Amino acid sequence: MTDDNPLLPFIDACRRNGLDPGPMDPATLAPASLLRVDVSQWLELAQAAKSAGLRWCAFWAGEYGTDMEAYSCMERAGAYLILRCRFGREQALPSLAPVFPSADRPERHARDLLGIVFKDQPDERRWTRHHAWKATEHPLRSDFHAQPPGPTPADHEYPFVTAHGPGIVEIPVGPVHAGVIEPGHFRFQAMGEIILNLEERLGYVHKGIEKAAVGRDANGLARLAGRISGDSTVAHGWAACQALERAAQIDVPRRALWLRAVLAERERVANHLGDIGAICNDAAFAFAQYQLTRLREDSLRENATVFGHRLLMDCVIPGGVAGDITADQARDMRNNAITLAAEVKQVIQILEDSESLEDRLMRTGRLAPELAAELGVIGFAGRASGQVYDVRADAPYAPYDQFEVRVPHYRAGDVAARAKVRSEEITVSLEMMARLLDSLPNGPCRTPWHAPAQACAGLGIVEGWRGEILSYVSLDEHGQVTRFFPRDPSWLIWPALELCVQGNIVPDFPLCNKSMNGSYSGHDL
Amino acid sequence: MVNHLNLIAWLAALLQTALFVAMAPLFTIWVKRIKCTLQNRLPPPWSQPYRDFRRLFAKEVLLARTASPVFRIAPYIVCGTTIMAASIIPFVWVNIPFAVMADAIVLVGTLALGRFFLALAGMDVGTSFGGMGSSREMTFAALAEPAMLIVVFALAMLSSSTNLSTIIGFVLDQPLALRPSLLFGLLALILVGIVETGRIPVDNPATHLELTMIHEAMILEYTGRHLALMELAAQLKLTIYAVLTANLFLPWGISRSLDAAALGVSFVALTAKLAVLGALLAVGETLVAKMRLFRVPTFLAVAFTLALIGMLSFIMLEGR
Repeated sequence: MTDDNPLLPFIDACRRNGLDPGPMDPATLAPASLLRVDVSQWLELAQAAKSAGLRWCAFWAGEYGTDMEAYSCMERAGAYLILRCRFGREQALPSLAPVFPSADRPERHARDLLGIVFKDQPDERRWTRHHAWKATEHPLRSDFHAQPPGPTPADHEYPFVTAHGPGIVEIPVGPVHAGVIEPGHFRFQAMGEIILNLEERLGYVHKGIEKAAVGRDANGLARLAGRISGDSTVAHGWAACQALERAAQIDVPRRALWLRAVLAERERVANHLGDIGAICNDAAFAFAQYQLTRLREDSLRENATVFGHRLLMDCVIPGGVAGDITADQARDMRNNAITLAAEVKQVIQILEDSESLEDRLMRTGRLAPELAAELGVIGFAGRASGQVYDVRADAPYAPYDQFEVRVPHYRAGDVAARAKVRSEEITVSLEMMARLLDSLPNGPCRTPWHAPAQACAGLGIVEGWRGEILSYVSLDEHGQVTRFFPRDPSWLIWPALELCVQGNIVPDFPLCNKSMNGSYSGHDL
Repeated sequence: MVNHLNLIAWLAALLQTALFVAMAPLFTIWVKRIKCTLQNRLPPPWSQPYRDFRRLFAKEVLLARTASPVFRIAPYIVCGTTIMAASIIPFVWVNIPFAVMADAIVLVGTLALGRFFLALAGMDVGTSFGGMGSSREMTFAALAEPAMLIVVFALAMLSSSTNLSTIIGFVLDQPLALRPSLLFGLLALILVGIVETGRIPVDNPATHLELTMIHEAMILEYTGRHLALMELAAQLKLTIYAVLTANLFLPWGISRSLDAAALGVSFVALTAKLAVLGALLAVGETLVAKMRLFRVPTFLAVAFTLALIGMLSFIMLEGR
């Protein structure tokens, strides 16, 4: 341990509280440091982590033989810490939700899917379970045999938070919306047009990703990961492959890493372009949407020509990338990136000059930096609220360790700030794309996948366009997946949306929602 | 002889109303086409609104279980009152016989009656969106209607009549001069018209976002011919405000007799005026974003103030 270890404050906090966390294992789940903890220390260690300023990242659990194991991942200054706790099925695991509010839904998810009993969990209600399986059934347990889904009965009795009083109205919205978007239910309590409270009800796109992953080989898992959330197929694919490669100790060729980064940046640019346009369209500024959609479309068509898929699905595979590119293609892509940057700049300038648009976006849906820190909001949503964290810059993985990544950030935390962060990230990404293509190493673009000789686990951490994606994979001795948990950034974005709309007016909700843009599919799994 | 003339006048007035109604979809598609062109999109064909009506009239009507008779009769009342309002307004011929029976105040009242049933229909089924739309519509109506009435009063003071034909005749007889009262009245009418017809920056007729809707929220539950009637009423209302703007404030070219040549000139002049107004609307809708809902009252307060200034400037500057 060196003196500048970012986790040192945590160790100090443990000592101050008389806790002995034991030795940290930096290898098993690299790059994170793994701490094997007893169930009795689970809560105290989380409290120590909180007091040392660690950001809560993820919670997942799984079966461990006849026992259970739970993981809690936290981060400080780019260093990741994972607490792992193994406990008996009948034992109760102390809830971390009172310490880290964002742990609430992941814990309820684990309770629904695995039947883990939590102690002092503040919310007794189910989360991912609607009516597709019984309360006594736990789909992620190995003794549960998933059947092809029939129709799920309607869910009428979910106990939403209610409000009473003269003039208070309740507005249920969704899960089916008027636009072609994913399903999710929003329950508003409003005083006239002012939103008093918003409660989300998600889980309508639960696909059983975690269950479907079990028993797959590496290639099968990469394909599945690419379908967690279609808009983040590269990022999720990369995170899963990174986890697999770290578990199996496979070195990916440099050229493959560079190409993966090109793919990821292309995905980032395409989504940012489309979403900035959509935000403006929600304020009835259709011009922006049509122009930016056109630019996005150009980029998608180039994806189809060069990589064979508009959204770049299945381009990232374990051991490298699926297809190589020629020198001509690299040169064209580089030049097109420069052209695109100039065109985007022009459109964004027009948007910035529009007072009526500015009036709609500024001070709308404000997420205060303090609140963002408390919730551990990441990605562009966090960076617009002063949470300056980008895996590419703060915990760089190859090839980003070879480059300097500029991280645009603001503190205003409103819709305008989120749109601004994203528009600046387009420029950063396009520049990065040019630099990557200029320095594209020669060599193979993939290395053959070989299954590890013994059971192992790996952790993948990449910066998707929405934010940090964390993927945990464990393999058995045959190289088959025993547990897969992809933590989409949406787990941390959805709770932030509930808070940022408070005090706003009902018709501004679409703007807030679009600017946060959590993935329903990535969250519901 | 008098009876014979009267009959022709009534027939002509009816034909004029029919033309008014038939042209309303054309005006809407004109605005849409300009908007598309401005946004680098391929515009829909001219026949699109008529084809939409054919499709909607052929479709089955679906009713919510909670729908009351009000929900079913509302489309007919809303569309009927709007057509009635159109019949009061001189379109290509000034001296329509309807104008004697129904003046500008009746026009405002007729539109208000339609709005009343529209808002009732919005609340009838009991969905939250319909109720929200109705609540917003009525909030803005309470501010828009007084502003509209002040515009009417200013014009009435100017021409000593609330009869629309007389007002237009009076403006036509005036030498071409910049009257502050008319200018302020025109600006107020445009602002009121934008609110009343649910255009950007107040409402977005093209949105799919239920939470932001005003007019669309109220008709969200309608299907088939009911929806067609509601759509027609909305298109007609937009055209009514455009025709009012054109004929009250820029009436030059409108025919005062039933002479075929004069009517032809009048039709061409009106078409040109509507084309310009529609193009201006499309440009405006492309240039600005929708404003926050709570800014609309301020917007209407400006309209009211402009109308009031128009009236005051008549009293102080032009009064005899």
